[in-house]
Amino acid sequence: MTRRIFIVNAALAAALTVGTASAQQVLINAAGATFPYPMYSKWFDEYHKKFPTVQINYQSIGSGGGIQQVTAGTVDFGASDGPMNDMQLKDFQDKRGSAILHFPTVMGAVVPTYNIPGVTGSLNFTPEALAGIFLGKITKWDDPELTKANPGIKLPSNNIVVVHRSDGSGTTYVWVDYLSKISKEWETKVGKATSVNWPVGLGGKGNEGVSGSIQQTANSVGYVELIYAVQNKMTYGNVKNASGEFIQASLASVTAAAAAMKDMPEDFRVSITNAPGKGVYPISSFTWLLIPSKIADPAKKKAIKDFLTWMLADGQKMTEALSYAQLPKPVIAKEVKAIAKIQ
Amino acid sequence: MAASSTTNISARPSGRASAFWQRLRSGDDIAYVITLTCALTILAITALLVFELFENSAVPRDKFGWSFLVTSTWDPVAGQFGALPFIYGTVVTSALALLMGIPLGVGAAIFLAELAPTKISNGLTFLIELLAAVPSVIFGLLGIFVLVPALIALEPAIRAVLGWTPAFSGPFYGVSVLSAGVVLSVMIVPFIISISREVILAVPTEQREGALALGATKWETTWDVVIPFARKGIMGSIFLALARSLGETMAVTMVIGNEPKIHESLFAPGYSIAAVIANEFTEATGELYLGALIELGLVLFGLTIIINGLARVLVLSTTKKGAS
Repeated sequence: MTRRIFIVNAALAAALTVGTASAQQVLINAAGATFPYPMYSKWFDEYHKKFPTVQINYQSIGSGGGIQQVTAGTVDFGASDGPMNDMQLKDFQDKRGSAILHFPTVMGAVVPTYNIPGVTGSLNFTPEALAGIFLGKITKWDDPELTKANPGIKLPSNNIVVVHRSDGSGTTYVWVDYLSKISKEWETKVGKATSVNWPVGLGGKGNEGVSGSIQQTANSVGYVELIYAVQNKMTYGNVKNASGEFIQASLASVTAAAAAMKDMPEDFRVSITNAPGKGVYPISSFTWLLIPSKIADPAKKKAIKDFLTWMLADGQKMTEALSYAQLPKPVIAKEVKAIAKIQ
Repeated sequence: MAASSTTNISARPSGRASAFWQRLRSGDDIAYVITLTCALTILAITALLVFELFENSAVPRDKFGWSFLVTSTWDPVAGQFGALPFIYGTVVTSALALLMGIPLGVGAAIFLAELAPTKISNGLTFLIELLAAVPSVIFGLLGIFVLVPALIALEPAIRAVLGWTPAFSGPFYGVSVLSAGVVLSVMIVPFIISISREVILAVPTEQREGALALGATKWETTWDVVIPFARKGIMGSIFLALARSLGETMAVTMVIGNEPKIHESLFAPGYSIAAVIANEFTEATGELYLGALIELGLVLFGLTIIINGLARVLVLSTTKKGAS
């Protein structure tokens, strides 16, 4: 008998504590980019463990969806692999009556990957070679542009099969943003967006679709996220940066790309592809949280500001375990100052 | 029935209200109202769907008009959208699927219903119905890892026999319109088999006995008596299969190559309407781009209606011929 009463009491007590806790619970909804999702999910989880009253719920629906939902006000903040363009900023201002702020969180890179029978090492790619291949102008592996950069490697005289992403994606955005910077022809003929009108090539759905097509198609070349290539132990090429060095993508060379940015703009909307400097991997990018500058609910405002502060300090220490490159120190310092802009 | 009860009740002096309750008590009217509501709900959902698709595609419809249907450029950067390569890919992959799926499916159904021993028939039917429940992403994976390598291995043989036609020319990378057609045919065959088998089994035994009594062989009975009798039901199974193949998204996008261009060769990559919507919808920004994808949904809806209508006309004409 006494034991049963004890159990009932314990249950009641538990129910009461849960009840009072949920009274102060702050639930924040966010949506957007899929690329940083593993990192964000880890952060939000760790943060919730540390501060049980704050629960951040993140839906990885894609950058486009993130921008739309934060503009429509259906989520508290968004996330995107590409910065919002001026038209989207204006749209946000018109609909919500305040500005939106960009906060870089981690960095990623996109790498060229290929399948050429008989070639096992890392190939060197010049910007001209990448643009030529993806524009359909360089059609054979033994093109002088490729053989010149790869002395000692015997490239076959076979036709190049180009593979790209078929789904709209931040990975594609970073890749074509780079091609637009290094090739005038790409910029005018194709341009940059999460999906483009590809001059040549097969489309694979997702990183796995692209890598699957490459593995099955001899003499093919495509692009995937660095993390995906590392986790699946794929061979990927080195890319010649603006200083003329052939650099293999790594967490260090990606962070170097951001550190090389001398004049970081106030709103952090910056592309760091083809960044100048030594040791820089040229196809690198930030990914951003999109946070409204006016948050009406004081509890939510405090929770979001606190989370940002934590993410820029403790959160950054967790990035490398998940193969994301961490932000360089000057960028972190600048972001910490920008948190005050959230009103 | 309903008419007679109405006259009975109206003859009573108790007035309209009690007449209503009287009728309600009979149960027939309740059933009528409930089933009518169900039917109207389905109609309303369809109408709402069309309305929403139409309403949300206003921007590209205003900008491109009918040229949306006949132009081939799909350029999200420049804001230039044309649906023709997607319409072509959808129609051709579905046609290929039916071309391969119908003989296979109907043949198997005839065997299972008419010729196979009951035990084998039941066992096989169970397996086939399991196949119909497999999610399409599994078929897509099967396509990538099994079918595409198999087609690559078969390519020289196909080319040796059919290489002289433009439909089997040009380079072959594995992912192609042909691969999508083959995957779709595998996906629709279970539908054709399981429905056709039921329909053939439902043909009255007297029909068979009559034919056999007249001296027909077993095959003559099946082909000349049972199949014509079951033709409408078999056609029904084919419509269902067609509807599935037109709207199939995941399995198609995984093997079709996703290139919005029209090639005369089936070895070349292509794209389908459902596949491009699934691929690009999440990252599409701006009213024009989103609207163009929604308009593609409208086009797919229209395409389904047109193709189903044409197929129905075809069936009607053949059944009339068969009857006369």
